[in-house]
Amino acid sequence: MAGIDVFDRSAGPRPDGDSAVPASLSRRAFLTVGLAAGGGLLLTLNLPRTAQASEPIAAAPAAQLNLFISIAPDGIVTIVAKNPEIGQGSKTMLPMLVAEELDADWSQVRAEQAMLNPIYGPQFAGGSMDTPLNWEPMRRVGAAGRQMLVLAAAQTWEVPAAECDASQGSVRHRPSGRTLSYGALAAKAATLPAPDLQSVTLKDPKDYRIIGKFTGGVDSARVLDGHRLFGIDTVLPGMRYAAYQKAPVFGGRVVSANIAAVKAMPGVRDVLIVRGTDPQAVFHMGLLDGVAIVADTWWQTQKALEKLRVVWDHDSAAGQSTAQFERQAASLSRQRPQSIVRRDGDVDKALSRASKVLQAAYAYPFLAHVDLEPQNCTAHYKRDGSVEIWAPTQNPAPGRKLVAAALGVDEGRVAVHMTRVGGGFGRRLSNDYMVEAAMISKRAGCPVKLLWNRRQDIQHDAYRPAGFHYFRAGLTAAGRLGAFRDHFVSFGQGGKVASSADLPRSHFPAGFVPDLEYGQSLIELRVPTGPLRNPGGNALAFAFESFVDELAHAAGRDPLDFRLDLYGPARVMPTTAPMGRPHPPFDTGRVRGVLELVAEKSGWRRRQELPRGTGLGLAFYYSHYGYFAEVVKASVAPDGIPRVHKVWAAGDVGRQIINPAGAYNQAQGGILDGLGAALHQAITIEGGRVVQENFNTYGLLRMREAPPVEVHFRLTDNPPTGLGEPALPPVLPALCNALFAATGRRIRRLPIDPKELRSA
Amino acid sequence: MAFTITVNGRRRAVESAADTPLLWVLRDELDLKGTKFGCGMSFCGACTVHLDGVPTRSCITPLSRVGEASVVTIEGIGDTEVGKKVKAAWLALDVMQCGYCQSGQVMTATALLARTPKPTDGDIDAAMSGNLCRCATYTRIRAAIKQAAGLPADDSREV
Repeated sequence: MAGIDVFDRSAGPRPDGDSAVPASLSRRAFLTVGLAAGGGLLLTLNLPRTAQASEPIAAAPAAQLNLFISIAPDGIVTIVAKNPEIGQGSKTMLPMLVAEELDADWSQVRAEQAMLNPIYGPQFAGGSMDTPLNWEPMRRVGAAGRQMLVLAAAQTWEVPAAECDASQGSVRHRPSGRTLSYGALAAKAATLPAPDLQSVTLKDPKDYRIIGKFTGGVDSARVLDGHRLFGIDTVLPGMRYAAYQKAPVFGGRVVSANIAAVKAMPGVRDVLIVRGTDPQAVFHMGLLDGVAIVADTWWQTQKALEKLRVVWDHDSAAGQSTAQFERQAASLSRQRPQSIVRRDGDVDKALSRASKVLQAAYAYPFLAHVDLEPQNCTAHYKRDGSVEIWAPTQNPAPGRKLVAAALGVDEGRVAVHMTRVGGGFGRRLSNDYMVEAAMISKRAGCPVKLLWNRRQDIQHDAYRPAGFHYFRAGLTAAGRLGAFRDHFVSFGQGGKVASSADLPRSHFPAGFVPDLEYGQSLIELRVPTGPLRNPGGNALAFAFESFVDELAHAAGRDPLDFRLDLYGPARVMPTTAPMGRPHPPFDTGRVRGVLELVAEKSGWRRRQELPRGTGLGLAFYYSHYGYFAEVVKASVAPDGIPRVHKVWAAGDVGRQIINPAGAYNQAQGGILDGLGAALHQAITIEGGRVVQENFNTYGLLRMREAPPVEVHFRLTDNPPTGLGEPALPPVLPALCNALFAATGRRIRRLPIDPKELRSA
Repeated sequence: MAFTITVNGRRRAVESAADTPLLWVLRDELDLKGTKFGCGMSFCGACTVHLDGVPTRSCITPLSRVGEASVVTIEGIGDTEVGKKVKAAWLALDVMQCGYCQSGQVMTATALLARTPKPTDGDIDAAMSGNLCRCATYTRIRAAIKQAAGLPADDSREV
């Protein structure tokens, strides 16, 4: 819900040809795509006049119906997935949308990953936007294909198209019972004029055969057979391996390095000092100063790295530490906020009239993304000055821009292949690894595969910013929330709020309390920050929803009733649109719906029957258009270690779950991801650098800690929205609220410290 | 000094240096890319292979220590009866999200079932807790192990 811009609007469609783009893709340039006024995809089809061969599937030539659909004579339908696959299921879900309206037989469908190409419009994995941005356009693309196949059949039989139906990969003439397969029709269909996408008829959802069915990932079998799918698996002829060491202290520059000694190590071909592009690159994840080691194998780069000694010119970051941030936050909390994010009514007056005033300080740490596939990229700077890139990236377009600028080549000369991505979580919205690999390839004069080790991955991230909330709220005599204040101490760079460190002015309970003030103060930060899965929400939900629980208890109310009261009757509220796009407005009826559903499923109203020492905790959060209410059941071992028994979740993401296989997996995984963060994770800064180096000090949730997670979707008549992110935030406060119910101890700082929960 | 190791039933002569972790011999010399690099220090399990049937972290196993052991990787595990069942269950339940850790998960799960054909939830916790999944697909990993073992899907842990 923080308004991050995950794709680069300036990299719009380019009319000119693109020599770096393979011919097979240029052939697909039949569809021009732009951002419509409403922000959705505007598609204008210009269909080929003749059948086109399609890469790289079949020996038999495939006919291309439009930019996304090719059909071979044997009936194999190839559907292009335009966005990167980061585990969110995009490469399966997007083709499902097309195949449904195409009336393809799913067993005949092959999904193909697009390259980066402006003809596809925005290509990124972020903000849980795959579904809201593509639900309608991709179905229209499929319906246009079906209409052409039906028309081709009708013309072949010389019958009216209205007498023909498409189903599961063939067209049938109803009166005569004749059928023709899509494979037989495709070549003719590809010669027909393109239907206007806005005019095509979409199916009645009751006729869906693919949408709504449990559909396994299109590449899962290949992953388990060990195929080269991920970025790290890329192999090029003549390729060498690279390591890149940057300053451990953020913003540090290379003064000198023992290049000769490192060059003498076995297999080492080159040791290069690389200069960063600009002093701000550390904050925008661009090219930073470092030393590149190029060798015959990656292991040799790591052995050489052990010998590398660099003298760094450390930036002012060297004075920064987590301990210092905490002192600064405490000091700022005693002053007036530096700025006011939102002010409604008169909060001081309302607090003075309150029958009960509560105040509490909440804090959460910096977090790293720790994608399990460490950052990597394979790049080939060629003699003709063009560049070819294989990158596990969530956001290739800004990466291409970065490469073009750093290497001094035209963007049109940079081709980017999107590989499967071994975890995104927002880390790969940045493309620092891409520009590093490209620069090293240029300097070394050969194709290189750059691969970071785990320490480098943890210590050179765009971190989820830490934050400090100083709340003060007043309850009325009737036990309702009458006044609310947050002084949010966050981080800034050059006086501007750091990436993902903002408090949206529409954040709950704004709009639900007449007297409310959100103030903000910024600590100057020399550490890069950026979006982590559910930016904003992954932190704010913990602070706000825990404090709301405190208020409910202080009012002597059931936390469920307290929330239902606060949201009030079902109605539609104005909110700030995430990412500036139109969306279904915030609907308190949907909030009530999931709160009541999760209460019913978890036995919330019967929680007094639980054994002493076991508690239920509840939280709700709205983000990325999704409504999620969650209940955690937890207890605490005598040594203070929390034990999560079970999580119940109720989600509302609209009227249709497109792929239940992916949907439940995303919700369950997001919830367990949130538990891992609450229980284990903190990045600490000392001397301007990150202390943690690997999974022994930066923990992920493990199997033995993963409770059963029961997910229920409440279908409401709203457009389907995404599931990569919205299930995550509520679980953190729900856990802390459960621990309060179990022990009477309130967790106000993450990660949870077992010492605070230990039996006296 | 060159080494000869047995990988997925084949004798393979390799040239990597003696201290090269088996992981990099598999990935970069033998081009067996299914075994993954996650942490390099045995914390995450993405690099798990079998040495004589024992799940082993290839990222900290030097080539010189492999000796005569039979190395089986994700590319070969489907040739075993148990491995085949485990892979089939993984696909039937659509376990993976990003999939990066899953070859390691399958290798560990296969070793568990080869030793303990009907594992309890406690057995699963004990065997699988060394394999991290950043996408946290643990719910489905547990269910897939049970499916491969022919056990009911219910979670027997006290709730």
